[in-house]
Amino acid sequence: MTKHADQMVETGTACVNESAVQKPWYSNLKYLVVGMIFGIVFVKAEIISWFRIQEMFRFESFHMFGVIGTAVVVGMISVQIIKRKKVKSFEGELIVIHDKEFNKGQIYGGLIFGLGWALTGACPGPLFAQIGAGFTVVIVTFLSAVLGTWVYGKFKDKLPH
Amino acid sequence: MFEWISQPWPWYVAGVFIGLTVPTLLLLGNKTFGISSSLRHICAACIPAKIPFFQYDWKKESWNLFFVVGTLLGGVVATQFLSNPNDIVIADATRAHLQENGIIDFSGMLPSDLFSWESLLSLRGLVFMVLGGFLVGFGTRWAGGCTSGHAIMGLSNLQWPSLIATCCFMIGGILMTWFGIPFLLSL
Repeated sequence: MTKHADQMVETGTACVNESAVQKPWYSNLKYLVVGMIFGIVFVKAEIISWFRIQEMFRFESFHMFGVIGTAVVVGMISVQIIKRKKVKSFEGELIVIHDKEFNKGQIYGGLIFGLGWALTGACPGPLFAQIGAGFTVVIVTFLSAVLGTWVYGKFKDKLPH
Repeated sequence: MFEWISQPWPWYVAGVFIGLTVPTLLLLGNKTFGISSSLRHICAACIPAKIPFFQYDWKKESWNLFFVVGTLLGGVVATQFLSNPNDIVIADATRAHLQENGIIDFSGMLPSDLFSWESLLSLRGLVFMVLGGFLVGFGTRWAGGCTSGHAIMGLSNLQWPSLIATCCFMIGGILMTWFGIPFLLSL
């Protein structure tokens, strides 16, 4: 693992996989396309709706539980196949998924994110899709989320982990 | 066909698509699904301020930024070209509860009573949009992931820390929904 990847693991971020192969910037466009499909699904299944999130947390509809539950089952089957068959990516690399290490941040941070999720009706993904769907005021919510991330980074060493 | 696409999509269609994002990203370039990291990369790119947490080569993670820009564009496409002309249909109980607490407009994805430029500078607007956003950014980074990184990617990979994080997301959301929001709507 490279130094960069080490640092990313240590600091507990989700995306740690890094390709050794240098690729031109436009090779990233495929992720833009996947992101677009993802955003369309978010809007069409009303996952970006504040009302749907209220329904979920009030246990008055199955919709969001169905979405998340199905996504986890499909993801789980896919990941198990990829790991057991030692599948390589289209770029020829062996697919590696790093384990997540427990720290208390998952409890404190998780609770805090939950409070924010219910208020805004959005986790980070839907924030982007809400802006795209024309709710321009959500740009303020997004900037505030960037600020929240920055403040975490600033005071990280003083927080329990 | 188009008729069907413009209707709201059922949960199992959305769930399959979102679940398939996990292997798609792994196969395309060995990338693990996660969205809240994009907020960190934006900090690293725009406001690093010599904070070690933001001193890394964010350009190597730029695929994540392409992904979220795509998500935003997907929101544009779905709204401009595949839009459902009808009001959103939510559970009667939720609607009744929100009406009792002063939500009037049920026509869009977000209640304009709370999320609009006009209400931004009201106390309610500040709490729902500004404080809410801050808690999302601060909480996800402290937890090391959000609904995608922990609840979907982490659980797919059978990671128990992700299960703890996901339970905490739900507990936080339930507490805010049952105790915080009814009070905040009365402000």
